[in-house]
Amino acid sequence: MHPALSVIFFTVTAGAGYGVLFLLGITRMANLVPDISPDQLTAMGIAGLILVTAGLVSSTFHLANPKNAWRSFTRFKTSWLSREAVFAVLFYPLSLIWLACEWLTGNTGVTQFFALLTAILSLVVLVCTAMIYASLKTIKQWHTALTPVNFVLLGLLLGSLIMGLMLAQQGLSTSRLLGLALVVLIMAALSKIIYFYWIGQPAGPTINTALGFTRATVRLLDVGHSSDTFHTKEFGFQVDKVKLIWLRCITVLLAFVLPLLLVTGSFGDVGFTTMVLAVVCAYAGVFVERWLFFAEARHVVNLYHGFQRT
Amino acid sequence: MKLGLVIDLDTCVGCHACAVACKQWNTSGTTGPLTDYEPYGEEPSGVWFNRIRHYEVDEYPNNKTVNVPMSCMHCDDAACVTVCPTGASYKREEDGIVLVDQSKCMGCNLCAWACPYGARELDEDAGVMKKCTLCVDRIYDEKLPEEERQPACVMTCPTHARFFGDFDDPNSELSTLVRERSGYAMMPEVGYQPVNKYLPPRQRPKAPVVEKKAASDGASLIGKWMQRQKEAFNDLGKRAR
Repeated sequence: MHPALSVIFFTVTAGAGYGVLFLLGITRMANLVPDISPDQLTAMGIAGLILVTAGLVSSTFHLANPKNAWRSFTRFKTSWLSREAVFAVLFYPLSLIWLACEWLTGNTGVTQFFALLTAILSLVVLVCTAMIYASLKTIKQWHTALTPVNFVLLGLLLGSLIMGLMLAQQGLSTSRLLGLALVVLIMAALSKIIYFYWIGQPAGPTINTALGFTRATVRLLDVGHSSDTFHTKEFGFQVDKVKLIWLRCITVLLAFVLPLLLVTGSFGDVGFTTMVLAVVCAYAGVFVERWLFFAEARHVVNLYHGFQRT
Repeated sequence: MKLGLVIDLDTCVGCHACAVACKQWNTSGTTGPLTDYEPYGEEPSGVWFNRIRHYEVDEYPNNKTVNVPMSCMHCDDAACVTVCPTGASYKREEDGIVLVDQSKCMGCNLCAWACPYGARELDEDAGVMKKCTLCVDRIYDEKLPEEERQPACVMTCPTHARFFGDFDDPNSELSTLVRERSGYAMMPEVGYQPVNKYLPPRQRPKAPVVEKKAASDGASLIGKWMQRQKEAFNDLGKRAR
């Protein structure tokens, strides 16, 4: 698949924003950060919302006809993209009510209720975004439960690191949050590495089942078009195998290994500077991961263009 | 009613006339234009509802060229309709034709991602998704003579490799062809239950293989002459015994 930068930026950045708001909601309910004030929490929540908004705005850049984008709220029953749109918009009033309660009344029962709703809804939006891809039977590399697992875990990983950065900047205790971040990081790394191995297994349609000639070899003689078509531009994207291996290594190093070392204090104290480094590394790593998620996806229409398998 | 096409891979010669007729009719039809990008440039490209590809099946001496025209399969379980967030893609209850409402589409490409057959193409100029309409603006046009109320591709096919009709009628030409010639669906494992069916190439006697006799094993004229003498001598020997 063609890796569109607007969609990569959207899924990574909005994912990080939802991660921040999920963890802030948890902080409000479970007292993850002992002496955080409601004002600080509100400010961090707004920072998270800015990330979410930047992502959502970017997502509209890949629409060929954005003036009809409002119609995407209408097919909630069947379409995951529609569900994502509905929940992403519903997220704003709920999270803003929570942050307003937080700012005006501090930690009350109502605040906690809306904090809980915001936390749940952030996870729901993350899952909906992932299900847009995971629901496509035409792309074996996406049509797996690992897709939503990866989207949620990587969103939470970036969210926890960004929140750690904000806590460090405010001089608050980061130890409990970073403990949670470590658990998320290890789970995210494991599921991503499992994914890399899993997509290497041959499975799914072949050129033979695509054309119905299953008792003999089939090869393409002529593709019928003389220059690029919508399909070759959208689905024909291929990367050199050696480059793919390198990019996978870079993903694991930037998204998991370096943040792990930085957060566990292998390079000294976990202060503001360390957290900045960890966030930059992890964001870059997840960006490469999302690029690979698209670049490694092989759509079955390629079989008609001569691929032997997907 | 379940309208669709049957395409005979045995008689299709891969002339692309169906694709051209489709483009000609539909570019001024309900979902037209079928925009061309740089039609006279170095890399002409554009929107087509129907594309023909050419394959070689099996190995020599059993190999065969098979021409495969492909357009929308008007699937019974059309994922392009399921994933569409705006409701622009829909499948008609009355005849099963899958269509795109151009005024609702937001050009997100998700339906094209969901389609295994490459039936949907984004018109980059209009910013909306376009696809085969089964010539919905021909087949119900009562101003046309009845025999012309067929999709443009079916009308034009010079080898009569394309058939249009109703799959729900067990005695229609389509149903009979599928029954008698083992019509099949492409990539059924994806599970969309494509309506259009393909008739496989008929079995033909395989081309006779002429084994070249080793007339000469590279030997010279003298060598051949000596070989003949040797054989004659051996024959003599046999007769003597």
